[in-house]
Amino acid sequence: MNWEVVIGLETHAQLRTQSKIFSGSSIAFGAEPNVQASAVDIALPGVLPVLNREAVVCAIKFGLAVGAKIAPRSVFARKNYFYPDLPKGYQISQFEIPVVLGGGLNIRVGAGETATEKFVHLTRAHLEEDAGKSLHEDFHGKTGIDLNRAGTPLLEIVTEPDMRSSAEAVAYAKALHALVQWIGICDGNMQEGSFRCDANVSVRPTGQKEFGTRREIKNLNSFRFMQQAIDFEVQWQINEIEEGRAIRQATVLFDPDSGETRSMRSKEDAHDYRYFPDPDLLPLEITADWIAEVKRGMPELPDAMTARFIVQYGLSAYDAAQLVATRDTARYFEDCAAAAGLENAKLCANWVMGELAARLNKEGLEIAAAPLSAQQLAGIIRRIADNTISNKIARDVFEALWAGDGKDADAVIEAKGWKQITDSGALEALVDEVLAANQKSVEEYRAGKEKAFNALVGQTMKATRGKANPQQVTDLLKKKLGA
Amino acid sequence: MSLTLEDVARIALLSRIELSAAERETTRDQLNGILGFIEQLQAVDTTGIEPMAHAVDVVQRLRPDRITETDRRADFQALAPETEAGLYLVPRVVE
Repeated sequence: MNWEVVIGLETHAQLRTQSKIFSGSSIAFGAEPNVQASAVDIALPGVLPVLNREAVVCAIKFGLAVGAKIAPRSVFARKNYFYPDLPKGYQISQFEIPVVLGGGLNIRVGAGETATEKFVHLTRAHLEEDAGKSLHEDFHGKTGIDLNRAGTPLLEIVTEPDMRSSAEAVAYAKALHALVQWIGICDGNMQEGSFRCDANVSVRPTGQKEFGTRREIKNLNSFRFMQQAIDFEVQWQINEIEEGRAIRQATVLFDPDSGETRSMRSKEDAHDYRYFPDPDLLPLEITADWIAEVKRGMPELPDAMTARFIVQYGLSAYDAAQLVATRDTARYFEDCAAAAGLENAKLCANWVMGELAARLNKEGLEIAAAPLSAQQLAGIIRRIADNTISNKIARDVFEALWAGDGKDADAVIEAKGWKQITDSGALEALVDEVLAANQKSVEEYRAGKEKAFNALVGQTMKATRGKANPQQVTDLLKKKLGA
Repeated sequence: MSLTLEDVARIALLSRIELSAAERETTRDQLNGILGFIEQLQAVDTTGIEPMAHAVDVVQRLRPDRITETDRRADFQALAPETEAGLYLVPRVVE
């Protein structure tokens, strides 16, 4: 039997505010335990939450970025459960009326020109507070509680069950990860838990309308684990069903060491959250004026920028999407193209995605930290375009500028004497010398061995120390050999 | 609607409250009394009236995003039954 996989994702994005969602405590990562936990965060009696304006601005930005409806009035609710990392006994979240409704994201699945596009619908996104951390080791059989994280603002972003493979789920998660960083609402640091995903996974026979019973994989904190966990879970569910066992709704955890998912709790002992509107918080009102004000401060969005790159710079959809991977990459490319000239934009794109990306990757650097500025790269590209240097020499200039050896391409070319020989008289003399010194190759070529010609080109290039234009050398040799 | 003893036991479990058999019966009667009040409220015809999320018809005031709290861990932990290395210690929880 053929099976269809159905996946929906819930993502918790930690919002990039200074202070907590309902108190004035810092949310900086890595502080000593409990030094960033105020009376509100540790739930002393009599305290009241006061909503952080900036957290709401983040939610509005997200809603605008995904084309969603931003609720003019939304409501905070108490989600009740009893756990020591949540000292109030409830989490403040949103339930019936979330701040962001609908919208969606375009994703690209697969790589290269064969990638396919898909639109993933969002159900909602709502504001809520994070819980503290429980540490289970080393406290003589007790659990240690750190409430620094309690009250950290989160935006929980929920998709429709639109994804049909682990590859689509990962493509969506990556697109969302890029977007929240692009609009500046989340730092995207997955190691520190700023961006965590839960995946709802089910399978059904291909063609069946009803969804199968789903299991929820909790806390996937890397794209690789997400892929592995979903692939394992899908295979496990198919095996269960094919062996005649029904899937039971459950929450599961992924163990990266074994590569397996295991059940944490079944539906029978699932929490009954008893949501109700939080009487400590009044409804959140977001006016059209406020939305318009936030909108004016928003950067150009990735989809719009991709479309513009295709038109303005004449790039392929694939190249444009690559360059728009991050705001820094896009900015670097645009600065480079502006300095190199519009007619050299494609060459700029090739260098940014090729030589520069490879070199950054090798050194483990972000593009913002590249030792070579966009203007310096543009300087190299201008000299390739006007035939001052070959591609091969250009790579040497790139290395020199990367190493801080010279202020710009022209200075490096001048200092190293790397200017391409364009004087055809000088080149002709060199070609004559090469022909005289390589009579054997000349005879072989005349006898019909094409390879011998390549050897002659190689010898000439060597004699010019790479400074000749290979096309010019080829043309000259052909002329001399009467071919 | 009225609650059974089993409902009361379930609510007590969710709230992590331990109730004796006698307390369970008292609690059931008290809760059913409250539900009786709610039934009276629900008898009112509210057709066409938009539900409110709060008893007061005003909207949330917002706080500027500034760090205003200082470290008061020592004060707070003086109230806690047990602490170690800056952490609050609680009976072991494993999920």
